[in-house]
Amino acid sequence: MYDAIVIGGGPAGATAAIYLQRFKKNVLLIMKDSGALGKTAHIDNYYGFVETITGPELLEKGINQAKRLGVEVIKDEVLGIDNFPDFNVKTINGEYQSKTVLLATGKNQVNLRVKGFNDFIGKGISYCAICDGFIYRNKKIGLVGNKEFMLEELEVLKNFSEDITIFTNGMDLSVELHDEKIVTEKITEIKGDEKINQVVTENSEFDVDVLFIAIGSPSASDFALRMGAFLDKNNIVVDESFMTNIPGLFAAGDCIGGLLQIVKATSDGAHAAIAMNKYLKNN
Amino acid sequence: MPVKVTTETFKKEVLESEVPVIVDFWAQWCRPCLMLAPVLEEIAKDFDGKVKVAKVNVDQEGYLANQYRISSIPTVLLFENGQLKNQVIGLMRKEDLVKRLGL
Repeated sequence: MYDAIVIGGGPAGATAAIYLQRFKKNVLLIMKDSGALGKTAHIDNYYGFVETITGPELLEKGINQAKRLGVEVIKDEVLGIDNFPDFNVKTINGEYQSKTVLLATGKNQVNLRVKGFNDFIGKGISYCAICDGFIYRNKKIGLVGNKEFMLEELEVLKNFSEDITIFTNGMDLSVELHDEKIVTEKITEIKGDEKINQVVTENSEFDVDVLFIAIGSPSASDFALRMGAFLDKNNIVVDESFMTNIPGLFAAGDCIGGLLQIVKATSDGAHAAIAMNKYLKNN
Repeated sequence: MPVKVTTETFKKEVLESEVPVIVDFWAQWCRPCLMLAPVLEEIAKDFDGKVKVAKVNVDQEGYLANQYRISSIPTVLLFENGQLKNQVIGLMRKEDLVKRLGL
Protein backbone atom coordinates (compact mmCIF):
# COMPACT_ATOMS: atom_id res chain seq x y z
CA MET A 1 0.00 0.00 0.00
CA TYR A 2 1.46 3.32 -1.10
CA ASP A 3 0.79 6.59 0.68
CA ALA A 4 0.43 8.28 -2.69
CA ILE A 5 0.29 7.32 -6.33
CA VAL A 6 1.04 10.12 -8.75
CA ILE A 7 -0.30 9.57 -12.24
CA GLY A 8 1.66 11.57 -14.78
CA GLY A 9 5.34 12.37 -15.02
CA GLY A 10 5.20 15.96 -16.25
CA PRO A 11 6.12 19.02 -14.20
CA ALA A 12 3.07 18.77 -11.90
CA GLY A 13 3.42 15.04 -11.23
CA ALA A 14 7.21 14.99 -10.84
CA THR A 15 7.20 18.01 -8.53
CA ALA A 16 4.46 16.53 -6.36
CA ALA A 17 6.31 13.21 -6.18
CA ILE A 18 9.52 14.96 -5.12
CA TYR A 19 7.73 16.89 -2.37
CA LEU A 20 5.92 13.76 -1.16
CA GLN A 21 9.18 11.84 -1.11
CA ARG A 22 10.75 14.59 0.97
CA PHE A 23 7.82 14.33 3.38
CA LYS A 24 8.98 10.71 3.71
CA LYS A 25 5.86 9.35 2.06
CA ASN A 26 5.86 6.09 0.22
CA VAL A 27 5.17 7.35 -3.30
CA LEU A 28 4.85 5.73 -6.72
CA LEU A 29 4.88 7.75 -9.91
CA ILE A 30 3.28 6.13 -12.94
CA MET A 31 3.93 7.74 -16.29
CA LYS A 32 3.06 6.77 -19.81
CA ASP A 33 4.80 9.12 -22.18
CA SER A 34 5.93 12.67 -22.42
CA GLY A 35 2.56 14.44 -22.88
CA ALA A 36 2.28 18.05 -23.99
CA LEU A 37 5.74 19.04 -22.76
CA GLY A 38 7.29 16.30 -24.86
CA LYS A 39 6.07 18.12 -27.93
CA THR A 40 7.46 21.48 -26.87
CA ALA A 41 10.59 22.35 -28.82
CA HIS A 42 11.82 25.51 -27.11
CA ILE A 43 11.44 26.61 -23.50
CA ASP A 44 12.86 30.04 -22.76
CA ASN A 45 10.51 31.33 -20.06
CA TYR A 46 11.20 28.85 -17.27
CA TYR A 47 13.30 29.93 -14.32
CA GLY A 48 16.96 29.03 -14.09
CA PHE A 49 17.83 27.83 -17.60
CA VAL A 50 20.33 30.14 -19.25
CA GLU A 51 20.10 28.39 -22.59
CA THR A 52 16.98 27.27 -24.40
CA ILE A 53 15.90 23.84 -23.20
CA THR A 54 13.57 21.44 -25.04
CA GLY A 55 10.47 19.89 -23.50
CA PRO A 56 11.76 16.31 -23.63
CA GLU A 57 15.07 17.40 -22.02
CA LEU A 58 13.30 19.19 -19.16
CA LEU A 59 11.00 16.20 -18.63
CA GLU A 60 13.91 13.81 -18.46
CA LYS A 61 15.71 16.04 -15.98
CA GLY A 62 12.59 16.24 -13.82
CA ILE A 63 12.12 12.49 -13.74
CA ASN A 64 15.84 11.84 -13.11
CA GLN A 65 15.73 14.35 -10.28
CA ALA A 66 12.75 12.53 -8.75
CA LYS A 67 14.51 9.18 -9.12
CA ARG A 68 17.69 10.54 -7.54
CA LEU A 69 15.67 11.65 -4.53
CA GLY A 70 14.23 8.16 -4.17
CA VAL A 71 10.88 8.31 -5.98
CA GLU A 72 9.82 4.98 -7.47
CA VAL A 73 8.98 5.62 -11.13
CA ILE A 74 7.38 3.14 -13.50
CA LYS A 75 6.46 3.46 -17.15
CA ASP A 76 2.98 2.08 -17.61
CA GLU A 77 -0.45 3.17 -18.73
CA VAL A 78 -3.22 3.60 -16.17
CA LEU A 79 -6.50 2.12 -17.38
CA GLY A 80 -8.74 2.68 -14.40
CA ILE A 81 -8.96 3.80 -10.78
CA ASP A 82 -11.31 2.48 -8.11
CA ASN A 83 -11.74 4.02 -4.72
CA PHE A 84 -13.47 1.60 -2.35
CA PRO A 85 -12.22 1.66 0.32
CA ASP A 86 -8.66 2.60 -0.70
CA PHE A 87 -7.55 3.53 -4.19
CA ASN A 88 -6.79 0.73 -6.58
CA VAL A 89 -4.95 1.83 -9.71
CA LYS A 90 -5.12 -0.60 -12.60
CA THR A 91 -2.49 -0.40 -15.32
CA ILE A 92 -1.71 -2.50 -18.37
CA ASN A 93 0.86 -4.45 -16.37
CA GLY A 94 -0.46 -4.51 -12.83
CA GLU A 95 -2.50 -3.10 -9.97
CA TYR A 96 -1.34 -0.76 -7.22
CA GLN A 97 -3.02 0.28 -3.98
CA SER A 98 -2.70 3.65 -2.34
CA LYS A 99 -4.25 5.90 0.31
CA THR A 100 -4.23 8.91 -2.01
CA VAL A 101 -4.00 9.54 -5.74
CA LEU A 102 -2.86 12.61 -7.64
CA LEU A 103 -4.09 13.02 -11.20
CA ALA A 104 -1.48 14.94 -13.16
CA THR A 105 -1.92 13.51 -16.61
CA GLY A 106 -2.27 16.74 -18.51
CA LYS A 107 -5.02 17.53 -20.94
CA ASN A 108 -5.38 14.92 -23.59
CA GLN A 109 -8.90 13.66 -24.01
CA VAL A 110 -9.20 12.69 -27.64
CA ASN A 111 -12.40 13.40 -29.48
CA LEU A 112 -13.71 12.52 -32.86
CA ARG A 113 -13.59 15.54 -35.09
CA VAL A 114 -16.40 14.68 -37.47
CA LYS A 115 -19.61 16.29 -38.62
CA GLY A 116 -22.45 15.81 -36.16
CA PHE A 117 -20.26 14.70 -33.24
CA ASN A 118 -20.92 17.65 -30.94
CA ASP A 119 -24.66 17.49 -31.61
CA PHE A 120 -25.00 14.06 -30.04
CA ILE A 121 -22.82 14.27 -26.93
CA GLY A 122 -25.10 13.03 -24.17
CA LYS A 123 -27.63 12.06 -26.82
CA GLY A 124 -26.19 8.69 -27.63
CA ILE A 125 -22.50 9.61 -27.60
CA SER A 126 -20.97 8.56 -24.30
CA TYR A 127 -17.52 8.66 -22.72
CA CYS A 128 -18.25 6.14 -20.02
CA ALA A 129 -19.35 2.53 -20.45
CA ILE A 130 -19.78 1.89 -16.73
CA CYS A 131 -21.99 5.00 -16.48
CA ASP A 132 -24.23 4.52 -19.49
CA GLY A 133 -23.79 0.94 -20.77
CA PHE A 134 -26.70 -0.39 -18.76
CA ILE A 135 -29.13 1.85 -20.59
CA TYR A 136 -28.28 0.06 -23.83
CA ARG A 137 -29.05 -3.51 -22.84
CA ASN A 138 -29.43 -5.60 -26.00
CA LYS A 139 -29.08 -2.54 -28.22
CA LYS A 140 -26.71 -1.81 -31.08
CA ILE A 141 -23.54 -0.48 -29.52
CA GLY A 142 -20.69 1.26 -31.35
CA LEU A 143 -17.33 1.73 -29.67
CA VAL A 144 -14.54 3.93 -31.03
CA GLY A 145 -10.96 3.12 -30.06
CA ASN A 146 -7.92 1.04 -30.88
CA LYS A 147 -5.98 0.33 -27.67
CA GLU A 148 -6.25 -1.13 -24.16
CA PHE A 149 -8.60 1.64 -23.06
CA MET A 150 -11.08 0.53 -25.73
CA LEU A 151 -10.66 -3.08 -24.58
CA GLU A 152 -11.52 -2.05 -21.00
CA GLU A 153 -14.69 -0.37 -22.17
CA LEU A 154 -15.50 -3.35 -24.40
CA GLU A 155 -15.33 -5.73 -21.42
CA VAL A 156 -17.87 -3.59 -19.59
CA LEU A 157 -20.17 -3.29 -22.61
CA LYS A 158 -20.18 -7.03 -23.27
CA ASN A 159 -22.24 -7.39 -20.09
CA PHE A 160 -25.02 -5.44 -21.71
CA SER A 161 -25.15 -6.39 -25.39
CA GLU A 162 -23.79 -8.84 -27.91
CA ASP A 163 -24.26 -6.44 -30.77
CA ILE A 164 -21.08 -4.40 -30.51
CA THR A 165 -19.16 -2.86 -33.39
CA ILE A 166 -15.64 -1.50 -32.90
CA PHE A 167 -14.68 1.52 -35.00
CA THR A 168 -10.93 2.12 -35.16
CA ASN A 169 -11.49 5.29 -37.20
CA GLY A 170 -8.53 4.60 -39.47
CA MET A 171 -6.13 3.90 -36.59
CA ASP A 172 -4.13 0.70 -36.27
CA LEU A 173 -5.65 -1.78 -33.87
CA SER A 174 -2.98 -2.45 -31.23
CA VAL A 175 -4.90 -5.06 -29.21
CA GLU A 176 -6.19 -8.48 -30.09
CA LEU A 177 -9.91 -8.97 -30.63
CA HIS A 178 -11.70 -12.23 -31.32
CA ASP A 179 -15.34 -12.29 -32.32
CA GLU A 180 -16.09 -8.60 -32.49
CA LYS A 181 -17.17 -6.75 -35.59
CA ILE A 182 -14.40 -4.34 -36.50
CA VAL A 183 -14.67 -1.39 -38.85
CA THR A 184 -11.32 0.14 -39.75
CA GLU A 185 -12.52 2.86 -42.11
CA LYS A 186 -12.47 6.47 -41.00
CA ILE A 187 -15.68 7.85 -39.56
CA THR A 188 -16.96 10.77 -41.63
CA GLU A 189 -20.23 11.71 -39.95
CA ILE A 190 -22.54 10.99 -37.02
CA LYS A 191 -26.23 11.06 -37.88
CA GLY A 192 -29.44 10.97 -35.89
CA ASP A 193 -32.54 12.94 -34.99
CA GLU A 194 -33.18 13.45 -31.30
CA LYS A 195 -30.61 10.76 -30.59
CA ILE A 196 -27.78 9.23 -32.57
CA ASN A 197 -28.80 6.46 -34.97
CA GLN A 198 -26.04 6.09 -37.51
CA VAL A 199 -22.27 6.14 -37.90
CA VAL A 200 -21.17 6.99 -41.42
CA THR A 201 -17.74 5.83 -42.57
CA GLU A 202 -15.86 6.43 -45.83
CA ASN A 203 -17.75 3.74 -47.74
CA SER A 204 -20.50 2.48 -45.43
CA GLU A 205 -23.15 3.32 -42.91
CA PHE A 206 -23.81 1.52 -39.61
CA ASP A 207 -26.95 1.74 -37.50
CA VAL A 208 -26.20 2.28 -33.81
CA ASP A 209 -28.20 3.18 -30.71
CA VAL A 210 -25.17 4.51 -28.92
CA LEU A 211 -21.53 5.31 -29.63
CA PHE A 212 -18.96 5.02 -26.85
CA ILE A 213 -15.67 6.90 -27.21
CA ALA A 214 -12.45 5.34 -25.89
CA ILE A 215 -9.79 6.62 -28.26
CA GLY A 216 -6.11 6.34 -27.35
CA SER A 217 -5.45 6.39 -23.61
CA PRO A 218 -7.80 7.50 -20.85
CA SER A 219 -7.30 11.10 -19.76
CA ALA A 220 -7.55 12.56 -16.27
CA SER A 221 -11.10 13.64 -17.04
CA ASP A 222 -11.98 10.08 -18.10
CA PHE A 223 -10.86 8.85 -14.67
CA ALA A 224 -12.67 11.70 -12.95
CA LEU A 225 -15.89 10.99 -14.84
CA ARG A 226 -15.90 7.31 -13.88
CA MET A 227 -15.14 8.02 -10.23
CA GLY A 228 -17.73 10.77 -9.91
CA ALA A 229 -15.40 13.77 -9.56
CA PHE A 230 -16.76 17.13 -10.61
CA LEU A 231 -15.72 18.41 -14.01
CA ASP A 232 -16.13 21.88 -15.39
CA LYS A 233 -15.71 22.12 -19.16
CA ASN A 234 -13.52 19.02 -19.05
CA ASN A 235 -11.30 20.47 -16.32
CA ILE A 236 -11.23 18.60 -13.01
CA VAL A 237 -12.69 20.75 -10.25
CA VAL A 238 -10.50 20.95 -7.13
CA ASP A 239 -10.74 22.94 -3.91
CA GLU A 240 -8.03 25.22 -2.49
CA SER A 241 -6.10 22.15 -1.32
CA PHE A 242 -6.20 20.64 -4.84
CA MET A 243 -8.54 17.89 -3.70
CA THR A 244 -11.54 16.85 -5.78
CA ASN A 245 -14.96 16.13 -4.26
CA ILE A 246 -13.69 12.57 -3.68
CA PRO A 247 -11.70 12.38 -0.43
CA GLY A 248 -8.07 11.48 -1.13
CA LEU A 249 -8.27 12.15 -4.88
CA PHE A 250 -6.20 15.18 -5.85
CA ALA A 251 -5.46 16.80 -9.21
CA ALA A 252 -2.81 19.21 -10.45
CA GLY A 253 -1.39 20.73 -13.60
CA ASP A 254 -3.09 21.17 -16.97
CA CYS A 255 -5.95 18.78 -16.11
CA ILE A 256 -7.42 21.30 -13.65
CA GLY A 257 -7.29 24.12 -16.21
CA GLY A 258 -5.96 27.64 -15.71
CA LEU A 259 -2.60 28.70 -17.09
CA LEU A 260 -1.19 25.87 -19.19
CA GLN A 261 2.41 26.63 -18.27
CA ILE A 262 5.24 24.67 -16.63
CA VAL A 263 5.59 27.18 -13.81
CA LYS A 264 1.91 26.80 -12.89
CA ALA A 265 2.10 23.01 -13.12
CA THR A 266 5.08 22.81 -10.75
CA SER A 267 3.34 25.18 -8.35
CA ASP A 268 0.20 23.00 -8.47
CA GLY A 269 2.32 19.93 -7.82
CA ALA A 270 3.94 21.45 -4.75
CA HIS A 271 0.63 22.68 -3.33
CA ALA A 272 -1.05 19.34 -3.96
CA ALA A 273 1.78 17.41 -2.30
CA ILE A 274 1.61 19.60 0.80
CA ALA A 275 -2.15 19.10 0.98
CA MET A 276 -1.79 15.34 0.43
CA ASN A 277 0.74 15.14 3.25
CA LYS A 278 -1.72 16.93 5.52
CA TYR A 279 -4.55 14.66 4.40
CA LEU A 280 -2.45 11.57 5.12
CA LYS A 281 -1.74 12.86 8.61
CA ASN A 282 -5.43 13.37 9.36
CA ASN A 283 -6.88 10.23 7.80
CA MET B 1 -35.60 15.77 1.02
CA PRO B 2 -35.81 14.43 -2.53
CA VAL B 3 -38.88 12.25 -3.17
CA LYS B 4 -38.75 8.90 -4.93
CA VAL B 5 -41.02 8.92 -7.97
CA THR B 6 -42.38 5.95 -9.92
CA THR B 7 -44.33 5.60 -13.16
CA GLU B 8 -47.51 5.53 -11.07
CA THR B 9 -46.73 8.66 -9.04
CA PHE B 10 -45.00 10.68 -11.75
CA LYS B 11 -48.17 12.50 -12.88
CA LYS B 12 -49.18 13.54 -9.39
CA GLU B 13 -45.71 14.32 -8.00
CA VAL B 14 -44.19 15.95 -11.08
CA LEU B 15 -46.68 16.96 -13.75
CA GLU B 16 -49.33 18.23 -11.33
CA SER B 17 -46.93 19.81 -8.87
CA GLU B 18 -47.64 23.39 -7.91
CA VAL B 19 -43.96 24.19 -7.69
CA PRO B 20 -41.25 23.47 -10.30
CA VAL B 21 -39.80 19.96 -10.04
CA ILE B 22 -36.24 18.80 -10.67
CA VAL B 23 -36.24 15.13 -11.66
CA ASP B 24 -32.99 13.20 -11.30
CA PHE B 25 -32.72 10.05 -13.42
CA TRP B 26 -30.17 7.85 -11.68
CA ALA B 27 -29.09 4.29 -10.88
CA GLN B 28 -27.27 2.59 -8.05
CA TRP B 29 -24.41 1.34 -10.25
CA CYS B 30 -23.64 4.81 -11.65
CA ARG B 31 -20.86 6.43 -9.61
CA PRO B 32 -21.45 9.97 -10.93
CA CYS B 33 -25.13 9.57 -9.97
CA LEU B 34 -24.17 8.70 -6.41
CA MET B 35 -21.93 11.76 -6.25
CA LEU B 36 -24.79 13.94 -7.54
CA ALA B 37 -27.11 12.81 -4.73
CA PRO B 38 -25.67 15.13 -2.04
CA VAL B 39 -25.77 18.02 -4.54
CA LEU B 40 -29.51 17.45 -5.08
CA GLU B 41 -30.13 17.13 -1.35
CA GLU B 42 -28.54 20.55 -0.89
CA ILE B 43 -30.64 22.03 -3.69
CA ALA B 44 -33.76 20.56 -2.05
CA LYS B 45 -32.75 22.31 1.17
CA ASP B 46 -31.79 25.61 -0.48
CA PHE B 47 -35.03 25.80 -2.48
CA ASP B 48 -37.28 24.29 0.19
CA GLY B 49 -40.92 25.10 -0.61
CA LYS B 50 -40.00 26.68 -3.96
CA VAL B 51 -38.68 23.71 -5.91
CA LYS B 52 -39.32 20.00 -5.43
CA VAL B 53 -36.54 17.47 -6.04
CA ALA B 54 -37.62 14.05 -7.32
CA LYS B 55 -35.61 10.95 -8.13
CA VAL B 56 -36.34 8.30 -10.74
CA ASN B 57 -34.39 5.04 -10.61
CA VAL B 58 -33.91 4.09 -14.30
CA ASP B 59 -33.56 0.39 -13.47
CA GLN B 60 -36.92 0.26 -11.76
CA GLU B 61 -38.67 2.81 -13.95
CA GLY B 62 -37.62 1.90 -17.48
CA TYR B 63 -40.90 3.28 -18.84
CA LEU B 64 -40.15 6.81 -17.59
CA ALA B 65 -36.53 6.64 -18.74
CA ASN B 66 -37.73 5.65 -22.20
CA GLN B 67 -40.50 8.20 -22.30
CA TYR B 68 -38.05 11.02 -21.61
CA ARG B 69 -35.40 9.48 -23.86
CA ILE B 70 -32.77 9.27 -21.14
CA SER B 71 -29.55 8.18 -22.86
CA SER B 72 -26.95 9.06 -20.27
CA ILE B 73 -27.14 9.30 -16.52
CA PRO B 74 -27.26 11.29 -14.41
CA THR B 75 -29.76 13.35 -16.38
CA VAL B 76 -31.69 16.05 -14.57
CA LEU B 77 -34.95 17.40 -15.99
CA LEU B 78 -36.79 20.52 -14.87
CA PHE B 79 -40.59 20.57 -15.06
CA GLU B 80 -42.78 23.62 -14.59
CA ASN B 81 -46.57 23.47 -14.73
CA GLY B 82 -46.40 19.99 -16.19
CA GLN B 83 -44.09 21.09 -19.00
CA LEU B 84 -40.49 19.99 -19.55
CA LYS B 85 -38.48 23.21 -19.32
CA ASN B 86 -34.86 22.13 -19.22
CA GLN B 87 -32.48 19.19 -19.35
CA VAL B 88 -28.97 18.90 -17.94
CA ILE B 89 -26.75 15.85 -18.43
CA GLY B 90 -23.87 14.80 -16.21
CA LEU B 91 -22.44 15.35 -12.76
CA MET B 92 -21.68 18.93 -11.78
CA ARG B 93 -21.30 21.25 -8.84
CA LYS B 94 -24.39 22.69 -7.20
CA GLU B 95 -23.83 26.22 -8.48
CA ASP B 96 -23.31 24.95 -12.04
CA LEU B 97 -26.43 22.78 -11.93
CA VAL B 98 -28.58 25.57 -10.52
CA LYS B 99 -27.34 27.90 -13.25
CA ARG B 100 -27.77 25.38 -16.06
CA LEU B 101 -31.30 24.57 -14.92
CA GLY B 102 -32.10 28.28 -14.75
CA LEU B 103 -33.44 28.15 -11.19
